Amino acid sequence: MSWLGPEEWQAVALSLKVAFWAVALSLPFGLLTAHALARWEFPGKQILNGIVHLPLILPPVVTGYLLLLTFGTQGPIGGALQTIGITFAFRWTGAALAAAVMAFPLMVRAMRLSIEAVDPKLEQAAATLGASRLWVFLTITLPMILPGILAGAILAFAKAMGEFGATITFVSNIPGQTQTLPSAVYAFLQVPGGEDSAMRLVIVSVIIAMSALLLSEMIAQRIAKRVAGT
Amino acid sequence: MTLSVSIAHSMENFTLNAGFTAPPGLTVLFGRSGSGKTTLINAVSGLLTPQSGRIAVGEHVLFDSSQGINLPPHRRRLGYIFQEGRLFPHLTVRQNLSYGRWFAPKSAPRESLDKVIEMLGVGSLLSRRPAQLSGGEKQRVAIGRALLAAPRMILADEPLAALDEPRKAEILPYFERLRDEVEIPILYVSHSATEVARLATTIVVLDDGHTTHQGSAAEVLGDPEISPAGVRSIGAFLTASVAVHHDDGLTELDAGGTPLFLPRIPQAPGDTVRIRIAAHDVILARRKPEGLSALNTLMGTINAVRPGSGPGAIVSLDTPAGRVLARITRRSAAALELAPGVPCYAVVKTVSIAPRNISGPAVSS
Repeated sequence: MSWLGPEEWQAVALSLKVAFWAVALSLPFGLLTAHALARWEFPGKQILNGIVHLPLILPPVVTGYLLLLTFGTQGPIGGALQTIGITFAFRWTGAALAAAVMAFPLMVRAMRLSIEAVDPKLEQAAATLGASRLWVFLTITLPMILPGILAGAILAFAKAMGEFGATITFVSNIPGQTQTLPSAVYAFLQVPGGEDSAMRLVIVSVIIAMSALLLSEMIAQRIAKRVAGT
Repeated sequence: MTLSVSIAHSMENFTLNAGFTAPPGLTVLFGRSGSGKTTLINAVSGLLTPQSGRIAVGEHVLFDSSQGINLPPHRRRLGYIFQEGRLFPHLTVRQNLSYGRWFAPKSAPRESLDKVIEMLGVGSLLSRRPAQLSGGEKQRVAIGRALLAAPRMILADEPLAALDEPRKAEILPYFERLRDEVEIPILYVSHSATEVARLATTIVVLDDGHTTHQGSAAEVLGDPEISPAGVRSIGAFLTASVAVHHDDGLTELDAGGTPLFLPRIPQAPGDTVRIRIAAHDVILARRKPEGLSALNTLMGTINAVRPGSGPGAIVSLDTPAGRVLARITRRSAAALELAPGVPCYAVVKTVSIAPRNISGPAVSS
């Protein structure tokens, strides 16, 4: 993509990296949370549900500020992590954390719906055939919820690519460090003559979003076909 | 191996307090809907934990509330055939069949995949998925899947209830083969008198959460005191051997020395068959009837007369062929002065013995 300037290319690459890690690392937690909300009964279930959905309803700036308070170098968790060498503040890792938190509710919702659609009677049947809970999950539940996991992951990826408010509040807008694609578009629009760069990034943004969507549709259809057995 | 169950479980407006033993063979858990059959079989499978009691297969204790033993379903090794099949939709028939084999201990005695595929006639379906199967085919695969998990025992919860009559007729013989060819005890939940008569070696009657009777199929079905599924389904069943096939489309059976005629059946002379004679198809007479169109007359002695709550009564008659039940009106019972010890004739129309009431060795066509 030679028509992208080095700074623009940097922003695109950073965004892809941030979104990839945000989704990859939150996937297991998302699946666990979705499973807990769909299948388990425990005290405080509604509170967990509320916390998971909080980033969806709070202004992103507020979420970003709360992240800064907890995961900043002065924050309770951020400070502790810094002593073992993990820093979030003003690093791309912080951008990934912000993107993961913001995308989490979307991921969990999609997965939860697909888990709820699996008939527990099939899982019971697998148990009577000798499968332990882990094997039931791996051989019955997981294959059947694969479309939901995929949908959740793609949705989360798209959300992570586009995350702006929480990211810029938490880790600022440092080129090469935390300047993701939306932050770069914003930055280019602030300087005279930056419109061309902004437009190129907008085009890239649309292409990435559309391809992600098409890819997920394609895979989901293929999996759904296999699961439905037709 | 024998299954012994003794459990108590209370739910909102239902109390289960049941005890029975299921010896090798096919034990039918018989009772009307709501009598607790499914609760009981789920407790055996481990899908439901009863509040107290003990469940054991042979020496393997599956549940014992006094010792705090409660094996999870996957460690009980009971093959469960569900009413709705419950095949895994994302797996092929072959993968469904082999699913349980994977988890069975290597040392467990197991049926060979080829034998089961042949026995259930599913060889042509192996690469299909459940969505491409008919109801009857699904249930055959479900039987195979349970059997191939190398279970200590097979559980079946009304496995034919979701099928229409032709499909039921298609599946019944497979359960007969399972009973006769596989040495695994089977616990079979049903409220169908036909299924009971054809399949049961032992019957456990469940009524409102309590096991009220247990015994061999002949004992329980021949006892008018027990009407587990209502008077319409009362009937005795007789064991007889095929004597000769006549040219006019009839088969003559020898039932304890008495000839019985019924529409032609496929079994060969010498084969043993069980036939069910519904109580409402039997007419009683005090004198030997003459000039009747009915071909089957059994002489016997009345064993019991049980008046029902309505106008009917159930009379049980001991004949050389076995115990026969007749459902007649109380008015007739009084007019004929029927009482225990009175000799009597039972008349059965040949055509009332339907093919679905006959079971015998599988016939290869």
